[in-house]
Amino acid sequence: MSFEAFLIVSAILFCIGLYGSLARRNVLAVLMSIELMFNGVNVTLVAISKYLAPAALHDDISSVLTGQVFAVFIITVAAAEIALGLGIVFAMYRTNETVDLTEATELKH
Amino acid sequence: MVSQAVIWSIFLLPLGSFALIALVIRPFFNRYSLIAGYATIAALGTALGFSIWTLRSVAQGHDLRFVPLEWLEVGSATIDMGLLVDPLTAVMLVVVTSVSLLVQIYSLGYMKGDPSFARYYAYMSLFTAAMLGLVLASNIIQLYVFWELVGVSSYLLIGFWHERPSAAAAAKKAFIITRIGDVGFLIAILYLFTQADNFAAAGLNAFHIPDIWQAAQPEAAAGALLGGAVLTWLALGIFAGAVGKSGQFPLHAWLPDAMEGPTPVSALIHAATMVAAGVFLVARFFPVFQHSIDAMTVVALVGAFTAIFAASMGLVMNDIKRVMAYSTISQLGYMMAALGLGLYAPAIFHLVTHAAFKALLFMGAGSVNHATGTFDMRYMGGLRKHMPVTYVLVLVAGLSLVGIIPLAGFWSKDEILLGAWDGTGLVDTWVNKITFAALIAGVVATAFYTIRMIIMTFHGEFRGGIEKELEDKGETAPAGASHDAHGGVHLGESPFSMVLPMAVLGIAAVVLGYLGNPQWDEEIGIPKHWITGFLGDGLGKALGQAGHVATLEFSWPMAAVSTAAALSGIGLALFVYLRRRDQAVDPLEQAGRLHTLAAQKYYIDTLYEDVAVRKSFFRIIAGTLDWVDRNLVDGTVDLIGWFFRNIGTALGKFQTGQVQAYATGITFGILAIILALLLA
Repeated sequence: MSFEAFLIVSAILFCIGLYGSLARRNVLAVLMSIELMFNGVNVTLVAISKYLAPAALHDDISSVLTGQVFAVFIITVAAAEIALGLGIVFAMYRTNETVDLTEATELKH
Repeated sequence: MVSQAVIWSIFLLPLGSFALIALVIRPFFNRYSLIAGYATIAALGTALGFSIWTLRSVAQGHDLRFVPLEWLEVGSATIDMGLLVDPLTAVMLVVVTSVSLLVQIYSLGYMKGDPSFARYYAYMSLFTAAMLGLVLASNIIQLYVFWELVGVSSYLLIGFWHERPSAAAAAKKAFIITRIGDVGFLIAILYLFTQADNFAAAGLNAFHIPDIWQAAQPEAAAGALLGGAVLTWLALGIFAGAVGKSGQFPLHAWLPDAMEGPTPVSALIHAATMVAAGVFLVARFFPVFQHSIDAMTVVALVGAFTAIFAASMGLVMNDIKRVMAYSTISQLGYMMAALGLGLYAPAIFHLVTHAAFKALLFMGAGSVNHATGTFDMRYMGGLRKHMPVTYVLVLVAGLSLVGIIPLAGFWSKDEILLGAWDGTGLVDTWVNKITFAALIAGVVATAFYTIRMIIMTFHGEFRGGIEKELEDKGETAPAGASHDAHGGVHLGESPFSMVLPMAVLGIAAVVLGYLGNPQWDEEIGIPKHWITGFLGDGLGKALGQAGHVATLEFSWPMAAVSTAAALSGIGLALFVYLRRRDQAVDPLEQAGRLHTLAAQKYYIDTLYEDVAVRKSFFRIIAGTLDWVDRNLVDGTVDLIGWFFRNIGTALGKFQTGQVQAYATGITFGILAIILALLLA
């Protein structure tokens, strides 16, 4: 498995997520697409950590793991963000009786 | 010897009474506004005492040079505030304070019952203080400050009855026209400002008046500082200011209109303050003027022309105050002409005597108005029987104005005529001759209009006063039509407070001439030619000459000529008016067009107001500026507003509220940036 393969996979993941978040009308689908984008980024981070960390630093385990730690952090933050996002979705459903994102234009004014 | 504090307080006393009235009496004790009058009179009485003390001290030859206070420092130019006490100042101090004091006393009676009594005295105090500050100033900037203060307070006083549109307009006219002359004065000051470095290099202060004198002396060490054409233009700039203030041609038009003010104000303006300031200014800078033959010629010719020109308009006026106004302009022309010919002392001497008799004449006009309610002489007549004291006093003042021996006006006018005939060598002979001819012709005209005025006012039968005037004009309401505040006709002598100052001035109008004691030596307590010698020596000292300056000797032939001129004018007036005194039509109207021309003031007001202001200024300058403002300035502003309003409307369309549309925009924006970075 080469480094480029990881990057291609992550780019594909990110682009699918980007397309979904821009094109889907359902808020839940948008949230899921955003998760895909997060994970695309995570794959990149882990791959860079594995392949590109300088050899000189291989003795120091903490510096090699920087990218991996980052990925764990992003997973945590994404979980928190989804919790918040779902809360907003509930609130939106209660007021609008729909989860269609194109209907949610109240902040325009 | 008089101390510096005393001299300062001559100026500070009336200023203090102004502050007291304006800040304390008027806001809190307006019901007892009479104390405003008493405060002013007390302040001016003390100031008069101090002025006489100063005059005595100067006459005794005390050294009255004081270290000035430093006021401002701008670069190398230091602006001081100080006292310049020389014979000219001392004489002017006494004239200003004494005339002002008498006018204040007179006003107690004249302004009685006016709702703005306290305001009147506040302005009068300010006016007097400004004039005294002007006279005392040792620094040209300081002088300019008081010069403008005199202008402001005269504006306030001319427009004292500001609820009348004509008074407000007259005040504005006076202010604006004098301001035109002041521009010249200001330019002269600004020129001195540019020369501050050169002055400082020579150890002089460009604003200190004695230093300016010194810089103008060709033989002085620093002589090259001011000279040639520069000196001429400097002198003419100063003279422009004097022309405005002293109502000389062509800036005389404000002075007759200034009659809209209360009559005591006219007396003060015309005798001792406002208009005397112009003559004083030229006299103050006489050491500068006399080194420029061109400037002197201009001063002399303007003065001579004004003397005869104003007198000719005085011949046909029907308003008693306007006759006197033109008479003032004419007499100021005599003073200016005298200064232009180099007759420094006679000019100031004439200013002194003129102050006395002209103040008296105006007070007489006020007194007459008090009785008849009008200033129109066509509705007076016969007042001799009802107001004998006023009649006698006005007669004395009038004959003094005409220059009948032995009254005051004779001696001073005679000095001027004599000097004009002899010449002083400061101007070309032809200027002397022209000026002399104009002044002699002026004597005839003066005699004519003075006697005409006296006959129309005091002789014949009474012609009904304000009541008849209103009837003829078809008006019923007495309010507003009367010039001053006393409506109605109540023939009789004026109150004591009005007659007393008139009597004092009447005595002055008789005896003041003897300050110029023409013949005797020590017999009457005044040395021969005292005042001209005193003033002349003061000027000589300023120029650095020691010893006494020659004074003009009294000349019988000249006295005979001027008396003959005066008598011919009187005779003519008696011939024309005494026989036909009760005719409603003025006999002078038979002169037809000539009469119309003079009665219309040679159409100069029309020229100024119609051609200069309305047609030229309004239409061309104001019209252009209006177009520029409306189209260019407003257009630019409107365009900017229009642009952003439309931009906003257009861009507003993009704000849809669609989150995903925004996100798409952001995404493609980022992509574009990344692409640009990659390609770069």
